Amino acid sequence: MKEITFSEALGEAMLEEMQRDPTIFTYGEDIAKQGGIFGAYKPILGKYQDRILDTPISEEVIFGSALGASLAGMRPVAEFHFADFLFTGMTAVANQIMKFKYMTGGQGKIHLILRGPDGISKSAAAQHSESIETLFMHIPGIKIIVPSTPYDMKGLFKTALKADDPVICFEHKMLYAKKGPVPEEEYYIPFGKADIKKEGKDVTVVTTSRMVHESLKASEQLAKEGIDVEVVDLRTLVPWDKELVLESVKKTHRLVIAHETWRRGGWGAEIAATVQEEAFDYLDGPIMRVGAKNVHIPFSPPLQDFVVPDYNSVINEVRKVLNV
Amino acid sequence: MQYDKEFLIGFYRTMVRIRNFELKAEELFLQAKLPGFIHLYIGEEAIATGAMANLRKEDYITSTHRGHGHMIAKGADVNKMMAELYGKETGYCKGKGGSMHIADVSIGVLGANGEVAGGLPIAVGAGMAIKMQKKDSVVVSFFGDGASNRGAFHEALNWASVYRLPVIFLNENNQFASTERVSETTSVQNIADRAVGYNIPGVIVDGNDVIAVYEVVKEAVDRARSGGGPTLIEAKTYRIKGHFVGDPVLYRNESEVNEKWQFEPISRFESTLFEMGMITDAEKESIWREAEQEIKNAVNFAEKSKYPEPESALQDLFESDTGYDY
Ligand SMILES: Cc1ncc(C[n+]2csc(CCOP(=O)(O)OP(=O)(O)O)c2C)c(N)n1
Ligand SMILES: [Mg+2]
Repeated sequence: MKEITFSEALGEAMLEEMQRDPTIFTYGEDIAKQGGIFGAYKPILGKYQDRILDTPISEEVIFGSALGASLAGMRPVAEFHFADFLFTGMTAVANQIMKFKYMTGGQGKIHLILRGPDGISKSAAAQHSESIETLFMHIPGIKIIVPSTPYDMKGLFKTALKADDPVICFEHKMLYAKKGPVPEEEYYIPFGKADIKKEGKDVTVVTTSRMVHESLKASEQLAKEGIDVEVVDLRTLVPWDKELVLESVKKTHRLVIAHETWRRGGWGAEIAATVQEEAFDYLDGPIMRVGAKNVHIPFSPPLQDFVVPDYNSVINEVRKVLNV
Repeated sequence: MQYDKEFLIGFYRTMVRIRNFELKAEELFLQAKLPGFIHLYIGEEAIATGAMANLRKEDYITSTHRGHGHMIAKGADVNKMMAELYGKETGYCKGKGGSMHIADVSIGVLGANGEVAGGLPIAVGAGMAIKMQKKDSVVVSFFGDGASNRGAFHEALNWASVYRLPVIFLNENNQFASTERVSETTSVQNIADRAVGYNIPGVIVDGNDVIAVYEVVKEAVDRARSGGGPTLIEAKTYRIKGHFVGDPVLYRNESEVNEKWQFEPISRFESTLFEMGMITDAEKESIWREAEQEIKNAVNFAEKSKYPEPESALQDLFESDTGYDY
């Protein structure tokens, strides 16, 4: 095992798959010279310079052209720069990419990836801080990967680069510099397989991305009080691993769902509803949800900290479920 | 340019086949046999016909909500088209798309499109693929006058110009975007003038003259195949029918339509053919009869086909799994 950063893991995945598959190419704003705003493409710079393109600030074409390029036999990886700017070209995603296969009765292989940073960073404010993965879970037609570690980032992204369906990858800004172990040998992580990041018996916390780390921190604190938390990292939201979540809830009988995106209508509500439909009798308490307060992400540090959840928010909800 | 008889008769036959398909679709819609909406290409047949005569099977097009003519001219199967209009399981999209979403990726039709200007970014992407694959294929992206007022048009032309992509942007200026006249909504008199802003050639052509369309598209296609980049072509035409079948048409009067009908492309080309001595009455008759028969067969095929099983609505979202059950 070696230790690499989250962004290096993405770069390694790209490099390995680009070597294997000459149809993979990538484009977006500000990527070809500095390797992306977070440097993830540094490993491919100089090696595949003809397959990494800087583009005009034309989001509808950045996304829509990925559909055309994939129908014409390529595997485009289009960067959205910031999740917030998915909205700028959203019609190409929601009306074209996500609908094409279905509305044409299954025609074409839409092997394309949309990827880029989401989530909060240090005071990026409302137009550079959003987590909007729920929207893509709500609208049918795209697979969603939300990695939390370098290991998951690399394994999931390599799978995405071989998939024959559209994939959107949300990379949390606060994770890019995070290091973690990644094996020397090649590996792939299948979609729809959650990962138990920490086993426990008292309460299940289902989470993704940055909130995996906040949940692990919460579990360390709670362990001091004798509360044993199981942290389940979904890793992909479409598909999401219902079996593993149900299994975990049947063991712990308690569930908290933690995400950075807004609590109201966030994907946690979908998980909660499914669990109460399919495992109602196993629950010993209400299902609680952790999410951002239902306002935009504000600028000033104390405001941002108040709105966005962290490990304390997870601790609070766990206490409520356990009534302690 | 000199053309042989067979070539010119080919234009005539394609236009007549499109016309017959459209007349039948209109009739069936008015008889309430077809669900949804139908946008007719009547009066605009010369554009798809003249343009497509320059394309190979492996060339791509993106089409529009008014796309039946593009499909037929690119070589689509009219049985599968008609079955799709009926919503039958034998249709191009197995009943999931209808008129506005017909596609045939196997012959390079990357979709009709229910979103105005939705096809332009897709065409640009296909153009990028061609360039990266170092092929000499081209893409023709059809779009309306109304579509040229969407951001996607402007992003696509700039992008295609910057990368010198083999994309021909073929504007079908039929004077209306649903109820709105192009002059009321558009900053330029000629949509082709917008090419200047993107540093690419902009050409105006009489969209009701099939040979003229063929020739300007040929020039653009030749340029694109040899690495010369994109062209914007504005084919001026007129939408003879309502925006959709059933349109109350409150925005113009009958006399204007009657006047424009004098210039409709099929009878115009027919006169040319007669003047040139390239067609006889008997040949003309048989082309019309064959087209009528072809469309009759298509209707038969569609009516005999089954509706899809309701549960099949849960298929075709993804390649690798069903995608609805989690
Ligand atoms: C983005 C979008 N806005 C509005 C509509 C509704 N709509 C369908 S066709 C149309 C007019 C399109 O005009 P034009 O591009 O000139 O094409 P034409 O119908 O004349 O062939 C409108 C407004 C739509 N389908 N998509
Ligand atoms: Mg129009």
